Amino acid sequence: MIIDLPDTTTVELNAELLKLRKEGGVITVGRVMTLVIDATEADVDEAITTANIASREHPCRIIVLSPHVDGRRLDGQIRVGGDAGASEVIVLRPSLDAMEHADTLITPFLLPDAPIVVWWAGVVPLVPAATGIGAMAQRRITDTKISQTPSAVLCSLADGYTAGDTDLAWSRVTRWRALLASALEQVPDQRVTKARIHGDLNSPSILLLGAWLRRTLGCEFEATYDREATGLVSVCLDTPSGVISIVRPDGLNATLSQPGQPAHVIALPARTAGECLTEELRRMDDDPVYGDALQQVAHC
Amino acid sequence: MFGVTGDLARKKLMPAVYDLANRGLLPPAFALTGFARREWGREDFAQVVHDSVKKYARTPWREETWKQLSEGIRFVQGSFDDPEAFAELKRTVEELDERRGTGGNHAFYLSIPPSAFPQVIGQLRDSGLSDPKEGTWRRVVIEKPFGSDLTTANALNDVVSEVFPADAVFRIDHYLGKETVQNLLALRFANQLFEPMWNSQYIDHVQITMAEDIGIGGRAGYYDGIGAARDVIQNHLLQLLALTAMEEPASFGASDLRAEKEKVLRAVTLPDDLSTSTARGQYASGWRGGERVGAYLEEDGIPEDSITETYAAIKVEIPNRRWNGTPFYLRAGKRLGRRVTEIALVFKKAPSPYFQQIEGSDVGSNALVIRVQPDEGVTLKFGSKVPGSTMEVRDVTMDFAYGNSFTDESPEAYERLILDVLLGDPPLFPRHQEVAYSWKILDPITEFWATQEQPEQYRSGTWGPTGADDMMARDGRMWRRP
Repeated sequence: MIIDLPDTTTVELNAELLKLRKEGGVITVGRVMTLVIDATEADVDEAITTANIASREHPCRIIVLSPHVDGRRLDGQIRVGGDAGASEVIVLRPSLDAMEHADTLITPFLLPDAPIVVWWAGVVPLVPAATGIGAMAQRRITDTKISQTPSAVLCSLADGYTAGDTDLAWSRVTRWRALLASALEQVPDQRVTKARIHGDLNSPSILLLGAWLRRTLGCEFEATYDREATGLVSVCLDTPSGVISIVRPDGLNATLSQPGQPAHVIALPARTAGECLTEELRRMDDDPVYGDALQQVAHC
Repeated sequence: MFGVTGDLARKKLMPAVYDLANRGLLPPAFALTGFARREWGREDFAQVVHDSVKKYARTPWREETWKQLSEGIRFVQGSFDDPEAFAELKRTVEELDERRGTGGNHAFYLSIPPSAFPQVIGQLRDSGLSDPKEGTWRRVVIEKPFGSDLTTANALNDVVSEVFPADAVFRIDHYLGKETVQNLLALRFANQLFEPMWNSQYIDHVQITMAEDIGIGGRAGYYDGIGAARDVIQNHLLQLLALTAMEEPASFGASDLRAEKEKVLRAVTLPDDLSTSTARGQYASGWRGGERVGAYLEEDGIPEDSITETYAAIKVEIPNRRWNGTPFYLRAGKRLGRRVTEIALVFKKAPSPYFQQIEGSDVGSNALVIRVQPDEGVTLKFGSKVPGSTMEVRDVTMDFAYGNSFTDESPEAYERLILDVLLGDPPLFPRHQEVAYSWKILDPITEFWATQEQPEQYRSGTWGPTGADDMMARDGRMWRRP
């Protein structure tokens, strides 16, 4: 059910939520967090679809902020039931002036005591924790993939890093990191002499994965880029026992080779935004490994 | 009813009378006489009642109910210093007694500023209106504020009690008409589940919050010089504290209930250093709900150097057997994040070395939250495992809302209170002694604040000044976000 409330106030919206709760009897029961989506310059419906996927694992109240480019009024919309996945969605369309004070705008809708997570779906704030809504949140999720100059943006994020920040570009390589770590566990001599990475030219995920490898392994490192490639193509670790490599030429299936074992073919398609968001919402404490990798990106 | 032209009378009292009639709870002989200075005739007043009922009543409009009710509506025009007007009032109600058979029972509802009490009560005595005939009753209903400190509260009580006996005085605190407050008694004493942990062994501290999202509106004249502590902490919040902290009364009769409330209010103590255990603030400008709103000091009629607080937070202790070591934190304010009143009992952390050390867990303290308004109900917060292969724990809530479990609409607070006045059922109304104990708790704080500089400014739409957060942080605690 979608209820539109044009030219409204937060008080009216809250009264409507209360009414829906009284009539429907399900809203807000058992929600574990409030997910705030700053959908400035983003497609609202797409962002909601992504968040709804995440809400199946993490029942949450979703507040979407999508400012009017012009116009001085606040428009609201409430989605519940089938139109809201396992959550309830409140879409707020404030004026640009009011958007400057988004923290007090969303305050009336925050679930009592529950953690707050902010996800910027369309823009990357340079210092997430310095924004009004970012300062209230336990976790701040950016997505540098949408930026044109990922390395500059990552450097800025590194300068303003505050515990609780994270980036979906980082979650996109979680499975690669897990595969590499478990493969390295299995070789007898784990001193990596050289790490090589090959992939797309402008991918923040590759920058972060490379930084993580350098930081954790402290070895020689080589990155080669290819304009034609889509995403990450291969990662190789040279060890005295032999070479560990994951190669994904077609962007879907990867071949894992490790010393003394036959090659394994692994389905490793690019992760969807929904999967990445779900993963990020699983923990409410900070991700220091990401923080370290981010600092390493900024160093180079 | 005195003060019929006021907001409260129009928005709450008259609709409540109609709703009671509509529910069939008023005797057919019920009559309502309005008294005000305005040059109205009976029809004008009936029209005002008609309009306010149509606009604000909660039960559906029924022409028959209105017809029945409107036949008993009268209006007396006059000022409070005019004995002739009170003589006219006496004639009017006596005529009603005969014509409608009201039976000679009269309740006087003083919906007027306390400064007018002495005059009106004096007139009621002089005109003989306050003297009941054999077998009938006279009751007087007064609204908060019941004074502005212990001295003025006592003076006010002297004025009223000179004319009306203690059991004929009904101090209306509309919070105490709320279903949930009564349900608090049921929750505590009709259940076996909560009582064993309702003490300082399990409860770390209690937070009682009353937040309003609006500013002072047009009430500058009343509000400045009064402030949040006198306006709501003295009455609503300390009453909620009493109901939360008291022992089980022998019965739910008026005297037993009051005895327990008075006992616990008398046991309340303040910390030695009020500068570290209280906080106050004034709202500054900001954006609330997408609209720009001004600061308290910019409101019409508020002097620039006003030291009146629009946010007040205090810490009190109850060093008795049940609560020694468990502080109660009370806060009230205007222009806060949203409108909410609640009592939160925050439990101690589980003494489990294993769960305290789990990495990635954000296990908070358990909490039992009694929501008074809006969305009355009870929430229980506890930790639960996050699905998945790792042992992670996060806070989940169990939620009970009155709206869901009892579909019948609960009566408006004023409906209940007016009915209780007519029935002479006093348990919900505080006696003067309780009011006096409350002022004894608050007076040292307001006296201390009067010696301080201007309160700290807080941005409208937030949860109050940083000083209040610091006050909690000194005790290693945090305010809940309600």
